[in-house]
Amino acid sequence: MEHLVNLSYIAAAILFVFGIKMLGNASTARKGNQLSSFGMALAVVVTLLASDLNYALIVGALALGSAIGFVAAKRVQMTGMPELVALFNGFGGLASLLVGAAEYQRAHATINGSLLGKVVEATGIEAVDTFTAVVTVLAILIGGITFTGSIYAWGKLSGKLGGRALTFPGQKAFNALLALGIIGTGIAFALDPTGSIGYPMLIAVIVLSLALGAFAVMPIGGGDMPVVISLLNSCSGLAASAAGFVIGNNVLIVAGCLVGASGLILTVIMCKAMNRTLVNVLFSGFGATAQQSSGTSTGELKPISAEDAYYILEAAKSVVVIPGYGMAVAQAQHAVKELGELLEDNGCEMRYAIHPVAGRMPGHMNVLLAEADVPYEQLCEMDDVNPTIEMVDVAIVIGANDVVNPAAANDESSPIYGMPIIEAYKAKTTFCLKRGKGAGFSGLENTLFTAPNTRMLYGDAKATVTGLVTQFKDS
Amino acid sequence: MDLTLLLFIFVLAAFLGFELIAKVPSQLHTPLMSGSNAISGITVVGAILAVKTTADTASAWIGFAAIVLATINVVGGYMVTDRMLGMFKKKK
Repeated sequence: MEHLVNLSYIAAAILFVFGIKMLGNASTARKGNQLSSFGMALAVVVTLLASDLNYALIVGALALGSAIGFVAAKRVQMTGMPELVALFNGFGGLASLLVGAAEYQRAHATINGSLLGKVVEATGIEAVDTFTAVVTVLAILIGGITFTGSIYAWGKLSGKLGGRALTFPGQKAFNALLALGIIGTGIAFALDPTGSIGYPMLIAVIVLSLALGAFAVMPIGGGDMPVVISLLNSCSGLAASAAGFVIGNNVLIVAGCLVGASGLILTVIMCKAMNRTLVNVLFSGFGATAQQSSGTSTGELKPISAEDAYYILEAAKSVVVIPGYGMAVAQAQHAVKELGELLEDNGCEMRYAIHPVAGRMPGHMNVLLAEADVPYEQLCEMDDVNPTIEMVDVAIVIGANDVVNPAAANDESSPIYGMPIIEAYKAKTTFCLKRGKGAGFSGLENTLFTAPNTRMLYGDAKATVTGLVTQFKDS
Repeated sequence: MDLTLLLFIFVLAAFLGFELIAKVPSQLHTPLMSGSNAISGITVVGAILAVKTTADTASAWIGFAAIVLATINVVGGYMVTDRMLGMFKKKK
């Protein structure tokens, strides 16, 4: 029986590997996801063959969790996707924490609970060895940080906690103290896990880890969320892996580690797309205060009416839309797609240029535009658009800011200097759709808005685009 | 199981994970993330094994909570990924 279970775990691990591999290619992605879900189902089913399981509780829990997950996945709006991913991720982290805690509680109860306790202790069965104690601390630490970090990120993304970076004096020192506290209590626990201070120390590790997760995400601003979310995703995998070490289970170790590694790669990709290091993203409090760039722009903002904008678009042969978080906020994706179709019918080449960190999670804009039925082929990556941007008649920037800021390319004193951008300022004409005259997430002045070939279209992005669509239809 | 063997597995899996997604188009970053997020719900296996008839009440209920949370992660994660990927259509 044990062989059957372990062989099935190997099969599940293979399915996960192929699943992740296939998720990396558009034509096989959906099948890959299904494969990996089969792997998961297989792993769960063979696990149920273990002896002495309390089936009433287990089946009840599985049913309850499935129902909640099902409803959440069905009901979520595509604009709410970053929040939901963060929330799911947090649950995974908390689950790993609880697995570590449950395992220790069981050993603890066996040793200290009954009359048998003394016998058990004397024979050394079921005692918690140092290795198990260390990985228990790790599972709890990583799982705890993942949980509260994800919940805090969820709060920021859904606007419940405000999107801006929150800093307070001594924040780094405070977080360092929390980390030291975890190390201290963790070591104290691992040295004598079954002693009288074992349990209190473990509780302390749990509490401190939960606190650290929230405080670590606090100073990170909304625009850096793609990095945070993919890092937390990586952590939830590592937490599962650590839980796997606690119970000595292969499939947890392998699957968790796969997720941990792939999440880390994605995190690095996000950081590169901003030309910043992970350390800088996590600890700098970027975007907390409006930063002063030496090159203050002197140009003026030139507004344009929807009607004039229409005439220019009507004559355009090549248009690129550059969406940002503002498009998600205004829920303008359907209107944008309608405008795109009208432009195409008008004989214009239509493309969407998507910056890797546009939005609040990796690939955020792609999901929104795909939801609005924008053909996959029209979604272009930054590197594919930039070489031909000079041939583009009109670049329409919708709710994007830092990812099109020319300061990143021209102004060496700018904090975002060196970050790869979509070079909208090189297009023949650039329209910027913006709600007001405020600065972007980084608090930087954007010289694109005052560039000679830029025209500002003020107002709600959805209303503005719908206005343009109406102009097209009426003529 | 042998400790070094477990660590061995861990290290190999890490390298495999790094290799697997070296080149993924940015269009697929969200589904990749939420799909792999669902896989991290594998901790449900550990949670199930914690809910034994021989276990004390406290650890059984901690395990119960872990199963519920991990299952939300698994079921929700896979379904939402599938929903997203269903929207990535080729032009008709």
